Amino acid sequence: MTDTKSVLVIGGSSDIGHATALRYAKAGWRVMLAARDVEAAKRNADDIRTRSGVETSVQVLDVLQTGQLAGFVAGLPLLPDTVVCVVGELGDQLRAQTDPELATTIMRTNFEAPSLLLERFAQTFKQRGSGTIVGVSSVAGDRGRASNYYYGASKAGFSQFLSGLRNRLALAGKVRVVTVKPGFVRTRMTAHMKLPAPLTVDPDRVAEDIFRADVTKPRDVIYVARRFWLVMTIICALPESIFKRMRI
Amino acid sequence: MPAVALPERVSAASDPSGIRLSGWGNYPKVSTELLAPQTQAGARDYLLARSGVVARGAGRAYGDAAIGVQSTISSRGLNRMRSFDAATARLTVEAGVTIADILTAFEPRGFFLKVVPGTKFVTVGGAIAADVHGKNHHRDGGFGTIVESFRLALPGGEIVSCSRSENAALFAATVGGMGLTGVILDATLRLLPIETAWLRQDTRVAGHLDAAIDQLESSASATYSVAWIDCLARGAALGRSLVYLAEHATRRDKEMLGPDLAPFPGPRTQRLSVPERFPGWLLNRASMRAFNELYFRRGAARQGEPRLVHWDPYFFPLDAIADWNRIYGRRGFVQYQCVIPLDRARRVLAEILDRVSRRGDASFLAVLKQLGDGGGPMSFPLRGYTLTMDFPVTDTLFAFLDQLDALVVDARGRLYLAKDARQSRATFESGYPGLAALRDIRRQTGANTRLASHLSARLGI
Ligand SMILES: Cc1cc2nc3c(=O)[nH]c(=O)nc-3n(C[C@H](O)[C@H](O)[C@H](O)COP(=O)(O)OP(=O)(O)OC[C@H]3O[C@@H](n4cnc5c(N)ncnc54)[C@H](O)[C@@H]3O)c2cc1C
Repeated sequence: MTDTKSVLVIGGSSDIGHATALRYAKAGWRVMLAARDVEAAKRNADDIRTRSGVETSVQVLDVLQTGQLAGFVAGLPLLPDTVVCVVGELGDQLRAQTDPELATTIMRTNFEAPSLLLERFAQTFKQRGSGTIVGVSSVAGDRGRASNYYYGASKAGFSQFLSGLRNRLALAGKVRVVTVKPGFVRTRMTAHMKLPAPLTVDPDRVAEDIFRADVTKPRDVIYVARRFWLVMTIICALPESIFKRMRI
Repeated sequence: MPAVALPERVSAASDPSGIRLSGWGNYPKVSTELLAPQTQAGARDYLLARSGVVARGAGRAYGDAAIGVQSTISSRGLNRMRSFDAATARLTVEAGVTIADILTAFEPRGFFLKVVPGTKFVTVGGAIAADVHGKNHHRDGGFGTIVESFRLALPGGEIVSCSRSENAALFAATVGGMGLTGVILDATLRLLPIETAWLRQDTRVAGHLDAAIDQLESSASATYSVAWIDCLARGAALGRSLVYLAEHATRRDKEMLGPDLAPFPGPRTQRLSVPERFPGWLLNRASMRAFNELYFRRGAARQGEPRLVHWDPYFFPLDAIADWNRIYGRRGFVQYQCVIPLDRARRVLAEILDRVSRRGDASFLAVLKQLGDGGGPMSFPLRGYTLTMDFPVTDTLFAFLDQLDALVVDARGRLYLAKDARQSRATFESGYPGLAALRDIRRQTGANTRLASHLSARLGI
């Protein structure tokens, strides 16, 4: 009896989404990618199919069209065993300070839309009695910083949402929620930045850790560059009176 | 609190446009604008807006071939596979996909690449552009022979399909054309079905150069053959070698020689790496001599008994050590690879080896290989023998290599452009009579005024 499992990656045109889907495919999982940019998602899906030989498909989804989320979940050709949401937008903090529309988009993309979408999955998974929800948040949500507080605040919201959802579902059993907090990842989103090498990882590493936290060594919350756990623990312990004067 | 300070204030890298770039030999290091398109359309758009530009794959060419005079378009973002047809073994991939990517995905499924160079960390685009050769060139030809077709972005923005039947002249000139005809966007390759991923290897010891060439000659029917020469040996032992012959192991071979082995073992993982500041004094004559002695004794002990060898260390022995090019230090090194036509090979190679062993600072080991007829007009291989050696860059090196060049030119041989960083125009022109065909194509497509690498500028291509 070969019961093929399946994963749906929301944000399937992104580098982390691509790497994550490929990791599951290598373990034999069937892959669905959902993205707004269908061309890019299709390119990733073709890549994954060619490399791994598994079945892949692409779904169109603009998460900001929140009115369509319920229909999207109901209309999936098959309900996946795991849904991974890597949707996110760093945005330009300085611009966001004077451009409310951009600020809104950052907050909606990182918090509102993923939360509403994963809530739908939580309900359908609960009805079925099984499933894993993986939300990719960020260490930036652990403490607000001058350089990216719209991004950070919305990731903080998303982390707390995932935490609450996990609590709720834990009592019902069988449906798991995993929070993933990558630090710096080398992707298109960060291509223009100077990243601190010891704390920076490749998308493959994020993918590997997601797969592990879901499948081989189940965990609730993971920091991807493991050193970040220590860094963030220290950063969060600093009193605000000191922290606000540090430029970090 | 510097220990915990997140180096934030993430600012754009100071000047993303001007960076210093070099090939695998770390010589020369020159500045160029480095562009990293994430899609094929992006690559074409960059090409369209620039001149003095050339494509770059994994940067495994040793010298200045993959550095644009002004701009360099990296293919690393073009790293998606597109489709595979198991019935015909046809694989279509974007140009930045590496040979390692392909083998990782397809070796466990029973497919290999019929032509691979000595490192798997090269891209498909780079392998086509240099028409790379493997240990089976004498039998099977170069990388171009496994390429069915590719799509090429021309400097005018047009994207054309090239194969042996469609745009055939452009196809031929691009195979071995060192990126000077356009940017390869994707390619369709024919994979090689294999019964097992093991190699059945025979080792033969050759006491001097003539014996090594005799060995290679008499085993011309072997699929893979290569000789490792001790460059430090002199006198009667000049050119002493270990000659390795190998075949893809059949299922029966594996049953007899390694019944317990998995038929398709995945790639080996990289375990060692050379530190950024490798102490240069470790590379001295005494240590190199000791290394070579050890290497030959170990090889000689294995003479006669055929054994199974894992495909990864067999084809890619140096890949086990990351960044091994650092051992030659700051000034970098050059690789010298020449080919000498069959009729003069013995005499001229002996002369070259003699000079090299007298000088005494060449790499530990040199590689001697038999080559067959070349592919495109600019492909390096020609029927004869090719010798490859590393030399650390020193003040006296280039004058010495000029002397070797004179021997090569005199024998109607040539130097490999993927390894070159210093040959003269005259040496180059005398070695590549097919140059006119490349220049013609470049004029027709407008590439002559737009596509230029440091190599092409240096050699007047
Ligand atoms: C350890 C080692 C062993 C090697 N062994 C061998 C060997 O056995 N046989 C052999 O033949 N070679 C060998 N080589 C050389 C290597 O195979 C070639 O230099 C190859 O071209 C490198 O590919 P790359 O992807 O790194 O390309 P790069 O080095 O980045 O570029 C090489 C050339 O290809 C062009 N190019 C790259 N991508 C494209 C593209 N998309 N479109 C158009 N042009 C492009 C560049 O302009 C440049 O001229 C070896 C190199 C190393 C480091």
